[in-house]
Amino acid sequence: MKLVVVAGTPGSGKTSILMHTIRSLKQSGTSPAVVKIDCLWTDDDKRFNRLDVPVRIGLSRDMCPDHFAIYNTEEILQWAREQDAGVLLNETAGLCLRCAPYPDDCLAVCVIDVTTGPNTPLKVGPLLTTADVVVTTKGDIVSQAEREVFRERVNEANHDCRIIEANGLSGQGASELAEIISEMPDVGQELSLRHNAPLAICTLCTGEMRVAKEHHLGVLRHIDGFTEYKGE
Amino acid sequence: MQDIHELTIICGVDKSGNREDVERIRICPGEIVGIVGPTGSGKSSFISDIEQLSQGDTPTQRKILINGEAPGRDIRTDPRKKRIAQLSQNMHFLADMTVEEFLKMHAKSRNRNFDTVEKVISIANTLTGESVHPDHQLTILSGGQSRALMAADIAVISDSPIVLIDEIENAGIKKQEALKLLACEGKIVLVVTHDPVLALMTKRRIVMRNGGVRQVITTSPGEMDVCNELLKLDNYIMSLRNTIRQGGLVEEAVIV
Repeated sequence: MKLVVVAGTPGSGKTSILMHTIRSLKQSGTSPAVVKIDCLWTDDDKRFNRLDVPVRIGLSRDMCPDHFAIYNTEEILQWAREQDAGVLLNETAGLCLRCAPYPDDCLAVCVIDVTTGPNTPLKVGPLLTTADVVVTTKGDIVSQAEREVFRERVNEANHDCRIIEANGLSGQGASELAEIISEMPDVGQELSLRHNAPLAICTLCTGEMRVAKEHHLGVLRHIDGFTEYKGE
Repeated sequence: MQDIHELTIICGVDKSGNREDVERIRICPGEIVGIVGPTGSGKSSFISDIEQLSQGDTPTQRKILINGEAPGRDIRTDPRKKRIAQLSQNMHFLADMTVEEFLKMHAKSRNRNFDTVEKVISIANTLTGESVHPDHQLTILSGGQSRALMAADIAVISDSPIVLIDEIENAGIKKQEALKLLACEGKIVLVVTHDPVLALMTKRRIVMRNGGVRQVITTSPGEMDVCNELLKLDNYIMSLRNTIRQGGLVEEAVIV
């Protein structure tokens, strides 16, 4: 079985692109299963259900959705195997842009919206820089020149990625993504992350509510860049 | 790089899923072809199929061939190898950059020198009323200024053997001059238009309805005469427009 991890900024069109890609995969005889990780609420399972594929939802609640996705990878893979899936499509809701939920042995797909401007590829971080495929969406809303400038910026941030110009409404680009998926190898055993998760070991991570500095312990970074450890 | 001597559009399906009425359209360098039809009839989709060099992978299922062959993936996606320039209907830039920064970045993406940047701005300023400066933020440009800059960018930085133009008559830029600038000799040019002057200035026009190509009409000698008469009228309207724009009065009618 193959593993595809799809990440990207909120509203960039991850689900729409995946819907079209699932149709292409099914047409070529591959049976996909989908896991959608979100934070608080989603009804994307209904959207995926319409395509008649096995769907599972995970809500990370208080936990970082990327950490949640990583922590549950084994369970998700096990579930997909039980569904006899040829490929597991794992859509995550990455938000903080400091880490990337991609294991080394998957196809890492980053979906990014062209209308957010050509500086966005520089802001997105490991989500984009460690991706194998970068899917740019909503290109029909901007001029050709702006699409090309955006593409150039993606290339600057990640030299080796394949860039697909896609459209979540028309399905443009989905068959190309499905083709890349069908050519990739199966997922291995000992998965390791491509990029480490960010520092998250302070008292805020464990539920501290008070704002004043005196209440915080752990690895803490000041606005001037100074990082310190406070505690025992 | 290989010369382009023919662009072929192999027709697909309309919005109802029915086959289009014209099986194959071949266009050679030096030809300007119009695309006409009611709003929503699929003119812009036709243009974007060509821009993407679609291979049956869009809702219209059209296939685009260059010199009779399906182009490779590189040519389809890499702007450094892409031989197609497109002026879309977009009237605004969304990029939060200065004009100069943006044009430099675009020149880089198309493998051009940075000295093209100055040229783009000076050409844009011949098409628009109020000047565009290199240090202007792109997002504050008016619709007309943005459009003029996009047109000049296509003429210089995206200078390509195939040029696609979507409704150049919008946004109040000088349409005939803009068309002359973009449709240089030896290029394959497709112009989506609602403007009778522009439509009749083409050699052939593709008629769209319900998302599909219905027919291809060759401009007749009679239509060319109509076009010449219209041009006079159009120039007269343009001169009136200019006078009014400059705060002048137009009290005497001159019947052409």
